[in-house]
Parts: sequence; C-alpha cells; structure tokens
Amino acid sequence: MRSNSDPLWVRLLLTSVALVFFGLFLLLPLVAVFTEALRKGLGTYFAALAEPEALSAVWLTLLAAGIAVPLNLVFGVAAAWAIAKFDFPGKQVLITLIDLPFSVSPVVSGLIYVLIFGLQGWFGPWLAEHNLKVIFAVPGIVLATIFVTFPFVARELIPLMQAQGTEEEQAARVLGARGWQIFSRVTLPNIKWGLLYGVILCNARAMGEFGAVSVVSGHIRGRTNTIPLHVEILYNEYHAAAAFAVASLLAILALVTLAAKMAVEWKARQSGQELAHEH
Amino acid sequence: MKPKKLRKSSVLPGFGLTLGFTLAYLSLIVLIPLSATFAKAASGGWAHFWNTVTDPRVVASYRLTFGASLAAAAFNVVMGLLIAWVLVRYPFPGKRIVDALIDLPFALPTAVAGITLTTLLNAHGWVGRYLEPLGIKAAFTPLGIVIALIFIGLPFVVRTVEPVLQNVDAEVEQAAASLGAGRFQTFVRVIFPELAPALLTGFTLAFARAIGEYGSVVFISGNMPMRTEITPLLIITKLEQYDYAGATAIGVVMLLISFALLLVINFLQRRAEL
Repeated sequence: MRSNSDPLWVRLLLTSVALVFFGLFLLLPLVAVFTEALRKGLGTYFAALAEPEALSAVWLTLLAAGIAVPLNLVFGVAAAWAIAKFDFPGKQVLITLIDLPFSVSPVVSGLIYVLIFGLQGWFGPWLAEHNLKVIFAVPGIVLATIFVTFPFVARELIPLMQAQGTEEEQAARVLGARGWQIFSRVTLPNIKWGLLYGVILCNARAMGEFGAVSVVSGHIRGRTNTIPLHVEILYNEYHAAAAFAVASLLAILALVTLAAKMAVEWKARQSGQELAHEH
Repeated sequence: MKPKKLRKSSVLPGFGLTLGFTLAYLSLIVLIPLSATFAKAASGGWAHFWNTVTDPRVVASYRLTFGASLAAAAFNVVMGLLIAWVLVRYPFPGKRIVDALIDLPFALPTAVAGITLTTLLNAHGWVGRYLEPLGIKAAFTPLGIVIALIFIGLPFVVRTVEPVLQNVDAEVEQAAASLGAGRFQTFVRVIFPELAPALLTGFTLAFARAIGEYGSVVFISGNMPMRTEITPLLIITKLEQYDYAGATAIGVVMLLISFALLLVINFLQRRAEL
C-alpha cells in the first residue's frame, strides 16, 4: 500500500489534523443543532413543530419543492435528450447557460423576479390591475425555487447520457420502437440512478433554499414562510429553542439526503452507471 | 456495403420537441429574467448606477466579501487537500462516515448553518467561550464570516482533489523515491504539480460560491454598516428601502462577477479534461 511510504508520525499528524477539523467544523455544528433543539425538553420541541405557523411553513416548503422538482426533472430529461443524442451548433453554449443559475448569488436569483413581477417591475402594474400577486406570494417562492434548482437534474444526466451514446436507442428504433417506447424501455433503465441522484440533490436544495426565497417572500407568517424562513424569524425573535427545533427538521433532511446519495452512488456503481460529479 | 455513419439527428425522434422545450424553459426561467435585470439597470441611467456601485458603504462591502471569500477559499485549499489526502491514502476507523459527512455543507440548508455557527461562536457558545478569554471574537466580526465561508466551501476542494489524487500514478512516486527523492521532495516535485489544476479549480469553485453566499453569513456577520455588511445583504437592504434601482445596480455588479468566475471555471475544467 502506498500509505506505507509515509512515516508513521506524518500519517498520525495529518490524520489527527483532518479529524480535529472535521469534528470542529462538521460534526460539532450537526450535534449543536439537535442539542439546542432539545435544550428545553421534548415538550417544547414538539410544541414548536406543531405550531400552526410551523405547519404552514412545512406545507409551503413541500408545495414549492413539489412543483419545482418535477418541472426541473422534465426539463433535465428533455435537455439531456436533445444535447446527448443529437448534434447541433451552440451545444457547449447551451450547456453553460443551463449551469448559469448555480453561479448566481441566491439573493440576485430572488431579485430578478422582483424586477419582473414586483410592484415597480415590468408586469407589476398589470398584475396589480388584475389583482394577481407573484412577489410576496406563493408563485414568487415557487419561481425562485425553480431558478435555484434549475440545473441539478440536467447537469447530472447530460454527461451520463453523452457517455452512453445512442447505439441502444438506434437499435430499438430499427426494431420499430416509437419515441416514448425508446425512452422508457431503453434510455430510462440506463439513466435511472443518475436521474434519482439529480432529483435527491434538487429536492434538498429546493427545501433548504434561503436567500432567493427570502427576497421574494415578504415573510408573511402562516402565508409566505418556508421552513428556512420560519427558522430565521424564530431565531431573530430570540426563540432559539423553537428555531433550532424547526431547523432540526432541515438537519434531518440533510442527513437523509446524504444517506440517499450514498445509497444511489453504491447502486450506480453496482450497475455500472458512472455518475457525474456532485455539487 | 460499408456501414454508413448515421447522422444522429436523422435517426432518433424527439429532437425538435426536446430542444424546443429546453430553449423555451431556459428562456422563461433564466435568460429573460436575467436580461431584465440588465435592462432595468440601464434604464436608471449611468450616473445613478455609478454612484450606487461606488458608494463608500457598498465599496466596503466588496472589500469584505472579496477578502473573506479569498481567505476562506485559500484556507480550504490547504485543509481540503489535507483532508482529501488523508481520505485517499490513510486507513482509519470511521472513514466512510467522515467521507459521507464532507458533503454536509452542500446538504445542510444555509440558514441552519448560519444560526448554528452563530450559536457556537458567540461569547456563551461551546466554542466562543474558549475564544473569548484569548481575546478572539468570532461572532459578529469578519472572522465569523470567514468561518462560515470555510464551512460552505470545504466540499468543493475536497471533492475536486479526491479523484485526481486517486489517479496519481504510484509508479511515478516510486520512481522518484528510488532516484533518492525524500517524501517531501516527491510531494513537492511530483505529486503537487499533478494536483495543482484540481486545487485551482476547487479554489475557484469555493471562491465563487462564497462571493454570492448569504444564508450562512447573514446571522454571524452582525451586519454593521462599513464593517460587517456583505454585498448580497446590501441588495436586500436596498430592496427593503424600496430602492429598486440601487438594488438592481449592485445586483448587476454581482452578476458580472459571477459570469466572469463562471468563464474562469469553465476554462479550468475544460483544460483539465484535455
């Protein structure tokens, strides 16, 4: 083994530094979330979760993710099909543009929709005339969530489908399969783990997004607060135990996400599907 | 007959439909809203734009955002390399759990990271109470911002370096050793040059993420004008004061920086693939 070529003291030193840093920066915050959440006992913990405002925040978060994830899933599959199975000019530019939302600050991601749909925005006066609200209302939150999770499925599927080529699909075509049959019987089984991987990451971000949603939400309690925004309000009002109780839901979501991610990586390796990079 | 190379587009169905949908959806969600921002900024006039983005309070926020992001990304290059090295090369108990939890900052919502780090680092917190006697204040100072950005950026470096480190040729290392190079010399002369592109990519990814970061920073920064206000926060402040033109101007500056960094990242990644 190559590790043997490093002297023992070097190995011990480096491993210790890595583990101390890991403990302080990753493990300690995770432990702290649950400790702070349970500081005032289980009664307070569950009371904070059962509050109507908390429940409405959970509902809104599920709604936003429930719309954003399927839309971006359909988009990701369509984009990957067009990009991986066909040749056309400007392909590389298209791939870069799809990645764009990842490089935009979350706050700017919210701002762009305020500038279009807000009262002083392009459609603001028209929306106000027709008594429609996008900003400081649920549609704005959904839009911002779609934007920040836009690339997740596509960027997972594009390299995967590019690597797989088109031979199997062409064979199915020659044998008389129609478009949808080709996709569901031939392509889908080949990409299912990559697809699931993208959906898991997309969902985690959709449920946890803070900055973008914060800009468009208006923080109306019981109406336009998602779970992360509810955590912020509780924390700023010095309800630390309640804030951490609600935050613990998101920490559990993060742990479930990491576990699901590992399981999918394992499954993918078993079935020989090379997953693209994370993040 | 020689098998003719089939043009991909003529054989499989669905090209028009999927590309059409892709372009329409991309335009509606991403391209049109982003261009609207530039149009809005332009409509406010150049003088107003320039005055907003060079206001001393805004300039102070650039300095803080850039400085803190740079410091955090640089720290992550060192610590990320060390962690990747240990994960790839040394066996130790619990390694798989450590490896899985490296991605925690990607999975944990930023607001949760923000309130947790603030609670740990304030004067009464688990960590802050030991820093206080040493005269180190982390919460509500630039140091706290750097710590939050280190947390957010760590996985970028580890995950970019890890695969490259796994592929470093053992024979080259052995050759260096057999030619009389010490371990340290082998690392500096043989291994490090192979890792450098990945480290640079990881650094840029972590830096780009840090520049725009909001949720994990806003709680720990304390948001004091001229001292601990990051640039994304100023956009929110302007919006809360109904200064849409001001928010847009700063937003455009941030977008231009993001685009520039995206180009750099694309360049680095494409070069790495060659």
